[in-house]
Amino acid sequence: MVPNHSSAAKAVNYLQTRHRFHWGEAIPWILAILVFYFLPGYRLLATQILVMIIFALSLDLIVGYAGIISLGHTAFFGTGAYITALLATNNIPDPIIGLIAAAFGAAILGFLSGWVLLRTTGLTLLVLTMAVTIMLAELANDFDEITGGFDGINFTNSDIFGLIELDQLWYSSSYIYVLIVLFLSFLFIRTIIYAPFGRMLIGIRENPRRMSAIGTPVHQRQVIVYVVSAAIAGIAGALWVQVQGNVTTEVYAFELSGDVLIMLILGGTGRLYGAFLGATVFKILENVTEQVLGTDQPYWQFAIGLVLILTVLFARRGLFGIFEDLGNKWKERGQ
Amino acid sequence: MKKFVAMSLVAVAFTIITVKATEAREYKIGFIGPMSGGAAQLGQQMKRGAKLYMKLHKDQLGKHTIKMIVRDSKRPGGPIAKAAAQELITREKVELITGLIFSPNAMSVAPLVNKSKTPVVIMNAGTTFIPNMSPHMVRVSFTMWQAGVIIGEHAASNLNCKTAVAGYTNYPPGKDSINAFRHGFEGKGGKVVDEIPMGGPGKVPDFTPFFQRAKSKKPNCLYVFVPAGNHAAAVAKTYQALAMRKAGIRLIGPGDITQDTQLQGMGSAAVGLVTAHHYHMFLKSAENQAFVKAWKAEYGANNPPDFVGVGGYDGMAAVYAAIRAANGSKLTSAIAMKALKGWKFESPRGPIMIDPETRDIIQNIYISIVRKKGGMLVQETQKTFKAVKDKCKELKLGKCGKKLY
Repeated sequence: MVPNHSSAAKAVNYLQTRHRFHWGEAIPWILAILVFYFLPGYRLLATQILVMIIFALSLDLIVGYAGIISLGHTAFFGTGAYITALLATNNIPDPIIGLIAAAFGAAILGFLSGWVLLRTTGLTLLVLTMAVTIMLAELANDFDEITGGFDGINFTNSDIFGLIELDQLWYSSSYIYVLIVLFLSFLFIRTIIYAPFGRMLIGIRENPRRMSAIGTPVHQRQVIVYVVSAAIAGIAGALWVQVQGNVTTEVYAFELSGDVLIMLILGGTGRLYGAFLGATVFKILENVTEQVLGTDQPYWQFAIGLVLILTVLFARRGLFGIFEDLGNKWKERGQ
Repeated sequence: MKKFVAMSLVAVAFTIITVKATEAREYKIGFIGPMSGGAAQLGQQMKRGAKLYMKLHKDQLGKHTIKMIVRDSKRPGGPIAKAAAQELITREKVELITGLIFSPNAMSVAPLVNKSKTPVVIMNAGTTFIPNMSPHMVRVSFTMWQAGVIIGEHAASNLNCKTAVAGYTNYPPGKDSINAFRHGFEGKGGKVVDEIPMGGPGKVPDFTPFFQRAKSKKPNCLYVFVPAGNHAAAVAKTYQALAMRKAGIRLIGPGDITQDTQLQGMGSAAVGLVTAHHYHMFLKSAENQAFVKAWKAEYGANNPPDFVGVGGYDGMAAVYAAIRAANGSKLTSAIAMKALKGWKFESPRGPIMIDPETRDIIQNIYISIVRKKGGMLVQETQKTFKAVKDKCKELKLGKCGKKLY
């Protein structure tokens, strides 16, 4: 490729290099490692943030890329959580087996519900996904002999590969374990996004009829991405309960579906790192607002609401969009 | 000479230790409760109770001081309470954790404190088997079994109930409560003809269909368990709207359905309601009258105390007892548990004690009836059961009889 500055060459260059790793992509991972060393007292919170990033990423795959809006993504999160917890209480306490089983279980549920629900769109789809979650929450509450119901159950996992204990006070091994799973899930999702399959998803998001007209089996492809997303959400749910050693019906809470959607909107949908930023900002505001303000009065809901409103008003592409704009400006200056 | 040096060294070391032990020390404790969301009112009551005790008993710790760090548990489930507890223990280095309104809050904290050996004083969380989950936990609140068994026996023996329908909010305390009621009621020859789950604890449901179903069974008594908070007023109003009293059905329950902070809002629908509970603000004891007076002086005449507030008050009394036992040294679980097992206190609710075996509360249970007096609803104690233990643990039913750590 002869370097020149014509717009066509620029476009070719962009298409050829956009999937390559940019140095800026190292920043979140470096931050994650710094947090591990410098904030041990907040490590359980930090671990929870990492899990929420995985969950938000899985939702981004369907909301941000495929344009499937769901208010019931906790159905898969919760299913993964319960599968792992119930395996652990029934003498299969291995965390890795728990993760895999959770992914499969959530994927099967994703297939069954997606096959039916994805025939609808818009408001109908929104309400139906919500209904599935609420039904599952009621089931978990009713069969409390098995699930522990509202009070939940405590369980302990065995060591990872029989070597590394998931410790319950400093959460150092848990943090690294979750960080590794996050990294792998991220690589997987990133690969999908930049593969032709990912381009096709964006096509479906932008105009399903046209995609159908050029020969894409839209419903089938939507189900596929829904299943993949469900499996990753299941992994997130499994990690969530493995780290805490405790599961309650809250993993099916419809509010959690809303929270994760807010995280995504905060960070920016359809842009991978939006999930990182959104989940981090949301969880920090939720847990630390009062500590920063030095008060016992609850201000966290106000803080989240304020940031959310400012984001939708002034940063339509989410907080990550602001960084993109800054990056572009900097580039222009450099040229 | 050698001996002398050694002896003096020992003496110096000893004085350093003793001086250190009697130096003024600030004890940091963590308080975890809901400060926002649907249960914020409960969290506020509990915090008010705790703060009131601290205010009235400033001199009890001598030169030591206490610093209470409050964290919001936000939701009934585990994760947020647990993250708060981890942060409190590892970063703030608190020496004791207290508060804990919801049972899942307390249960999720148990493995953490088992590892850090931090003592916990539970001010509310009522699921019966919680103290079995950690040797570092004591509870000053109540269990569902204490009131449930007694109201069951009372209904069968004194209220002429042959049959009863039990309605409950469908979560573990609700199930605990009706199991206890059935145990007491059927033990005295009554019969529970129907058990109706009435929705989850999160939102107040429309009770009409549930009560209609109960009415159609024509029982003598309707036993209702709902969680403390907003459910109670809806229960009383639905009971009246369906004219169940005229149909000869008596409404009974644990004191959660006549919580003091809710009572005045229930109107005349509540008159005649019979409940069993460990506290209501109209108890005649001198301790209680002083307590109610101090509470109203502090928080205003329109903000009455209730059993959640008393839980906070008594919980803080237990914390003070533990700190007095530590007397300047680090407050370890061993010191706290030694001080609190068998701990006795003259509470506004009457004499209480922590059972040295189960680390759970032993307290009086009062049968009371709601009456109207000068335009106000009041509760009148009809009968007092002294020093009631938790029946579930005595009988070792299910998880109550197991060590869970």
